[in-house]
Amino acid sequence: MIAKPMTEFNLSCPVPRVADDRIVLAHGGGGRLTHQLIEKIFMPAFGNSLLEQRHDGTVLPVNGSRLAFTTDSFVVHPLIFPGGTIGDLAIYGTVNDLAMCGARPLYLSAGFILEEGLPMDTLRTVVASMQEAAAKAGVQLVTGDTKVVDKGKGDGIFINTSGIGLIEANIKQTIGPASVQVGDAVIVSGDLGRHGVAILSVREGLEFESPILSDTASVWPAVEALLSAGIEIHCLRDLTRGGLATTLNEIASDRNVCIKLEESLIPVQETVQSACEILGLDPLYVANEGRFAVFVPTAQVDAALEVMKKADVSQGSVRVGNVEETPGRTVVLQSRIGGNRVVDMLSGEQLPRIC
Amino acid sequence: MCLAVPGRVVEIMDDGDIAFRRGRVDFGGIRKEVNLAYVPEAEIGKYVLVHVGFAISVIDEDEARRVFKYLEELGGLKEELGEIPQ
Amino acid sequence: MKFLSEYRDQRAAEQLSQLIWKKVTRPWTIMEICGGQTHTIVKSGLEDLLPPQITLVHGPGCPVCVTPIELIDKAVAIAHRPEVIFCSFGDMLRVPGSSKSLFDAKAEGADVRIVYSPLDALKLARTNPDRQVVFFAVGFETTAPANAMAAWQADHDRVDNFSLLVSHVLVPPAMEALLSSSNCVVQGFLAAGHVCTIMGYEEYFPIAERYGVPIVVTGFEPLDILDGILMTVIQLEEGHHEVENQYARATRREGNRPAQERIIEVFEVVNREWRGLGEIPASGFQLRGRFQKYDANRRFPFSGEVAHESPECISGLILQGLKKPHQCPAFAVKCTPENPLGAPMVSSEGACAAYYHYGRRQDHDRQANDRIQPELSGAPSR
Repeated sequence: MIAKPMTEFNLSCPVPRVADDRIVLAHGGGGRLTHQLIEKIFMPAFGNSLLEQRHDGTVLPVNGSRLAFTTDSFVVHPLIFPGGTIGDLAIYGTVNDLAMCGARPLYLSAGFILEEGLPMDTLRTVVASMQEAAAKAGVQLVTGDTKVVDKGKGDGIFINTSGIGLIEANIKQTIGPASVQVGDAVIVSGDLGRHGVAILSVREGLEFESPILSDTASVWPAVEALLSAGIEIHCLRDLTRGGLATTLNEIASDRNVCIKLEESLIPVQETVQSACEILGLDPLYVANEGRFAVFVPTAQVDAALEVMKKADVSQGSVRVGNVEETPGRTVVLQSRIGGNRVVDMLSGEQLPRIC
Repeated sequence: MCLAVPGRVVEIMDDGDIAFRRGRVDFGGIRKEVNLAYVPEAEIGKYVLVHVGFAISVIDEDEARRVFKYLEELGGLKEELGEIPQ
Repeated sequence: MKFLSEYRDQRAAEQLSQLIWKKVTRPWTIMEICGGQTHTIVKSGLEDLLPPQITLVHGPGCPVCVTPIELIDKAVAIAHRPEVIFCSFGDMLRVPGSSKSLFDAKAEGADVRIVYSPLDALKLARTNPDRQVVFFAVGFETTAPANAMAAWQADHDRVDNFSLLVSHVLVPPAMEALLSSSNCVVQGFLAAGHVCTIMGYEEYFPIAERYGVPIVVTGFEPLDILDGILMTVIQLEEGHHEVENQYARATRREGNRPAQERIIEVFEVVNREWRGLGEIPASGFQLRGRFQKYDANRRFPFSGEVAHESPECISGLILQGLKKPHQCPAFAVKCTPENPLGAPMVSSEGACAAYYHYGRRQDHDRQANDRIQPELSGAPSR
């Protein structure tokens, strides 16, 4: 997985002015420029059939079993925010990438790059949150590495976690974008936008009547429930940087389909919506750390929702749209008032509209 | 241009000159400090329209209902005050 | 959110739409001036609810888009000075100058920061006495009271390391300039609601009279815009050309007096260059009297490169509503949000950016939405 942006929401770095000769912050945003970077630099160098799966993780055939393998780096600032720490993201982020392959998360590695001068207490707090998260997620941290860089060369802590999971033998289906079909329904596992807003609230000094907490959590219990119930799952995708809009655009583009959404169905909690109004953000593009999208055949929607609503992490599950044939490579939203618009890929970091 | 958001005044802090009059405004659960110099008539409980950190108008609640009353008269649109339509 | 969410109600939108369908008998071209309104129209797919006889065109409603290229170049030069903290609203960072934008400058090491309010910039000046804090004061009349207050407070508290780079533009002169142009296609106006919240709408009466166009002060939510279009259409069909106020919950005829007084104390009206349109007399503000010392233009002398626009950018025609973004040969081909040739593609409220992001790549298919049935007799059904 490619590195996350310097900050989940760096309000000081907006526009995607394509400077071909150097990296800009927008290259980490998850939108167009990130994809260009992958296509122009990484794929030509490393391209192989496994990398071509282009999913949250890779499924590896090993001695008759299917393992899932993923890696992710975490560079969020601030390190500690309402609802969690960079450590929570590091564990749950990788656990969730494995879950998105339909794999039971098992073992994680953790690489730390620490900045000289980081207070030991901060490191303790982050590590404690990782320990708790790993326990909750049922994974073990089995190997790791630590480096220290000079003061000013890092943002306190950078963490990379890689993870291995096992796709149970009785799961025959291939879960991934390649299995998405016209006629599928799109379900999201809960209300959107909490994580991005939680981060921003610290950076912008927003006060809340009741604070918005990051939704960082393991989604494996929800995925496990779906698998156990025998639901025909075509695809699972988490909704991290770039939000729902980015994830759906990637799939629509990969599969040359149209994903049609209904705005009135998309769940956003009132305070999160208010924060987005004030900050000029669109919740569709805001990062989530404990939410995923599921693609299932329409006939299975009710069964899938019933199963998902029983798990804590996905109790707010709701169907938000469908996969149609045309116009291809497009995500279309029917607005609350009944008009249609295209939900485009992010051009750079999402820049809040201010005035 | 001109993104302005309505919010409810929950606290007023008077700091001498009207230019420095501030308030705490609630926007659907989020509280922000806002300059109230341009709405001397604003009171706690009233709604103001806020643009780049300044309240620029007090919302006239009767006028706010006008379009809904008009549609209701015409076609029987049932409006329940306080319900936020999805 | 109260006083926001209600104005997105679907049933009310359908009702207003049906009323518009019932009333329209001939083609009409209506322009909205404010970028915030453009944004709502395109984002909510509002045109899907309108009969095909109505053409909405988007005016120069984006102060970001019309800021002269020379001023961008100046901002970039100032931002590059090591002692400067350059503060701006987010939109301005994207706009291309002759060779680069403020964002490029930031990537090259300039201290450029986004703020939400001019008072945030003033606060930075107070907490960084050894730096020069410059605020890019861009906007319509709506933002002028806020910028005026920042200058006033700076003067009151003697904060000397603060200055404003002013690029205020005024709406009524721009409307007049558009209306007096010989290829003007606009028959009715939705006036910018928040501009009128500050300035009132007294100035529009002579304009409506002189050019025979209805002008309706309109808000920013989908119901506001549908309501404003309905009021405009009624006037057009009945042959009136009056000024009406759709946005009465937030706007009064006389506007906001304390705000106007503060503006007059701090600013004076001057001629102003509008990028893409040329110079429009008495259409801008600059700092006056004792506030001139806060003018970044004076504080930082500038002898820069000669400004030049991309020859392919037709923003002038777009801003006058004479062409739609997708009719520009460079649109979505050479000119994209990643590689903008002109300002309207960059600002989040520029017409080109709105069209690009919300998918208006071709002329819009009005028949597509068959949920709205025109009721040609009787009261609109629900």
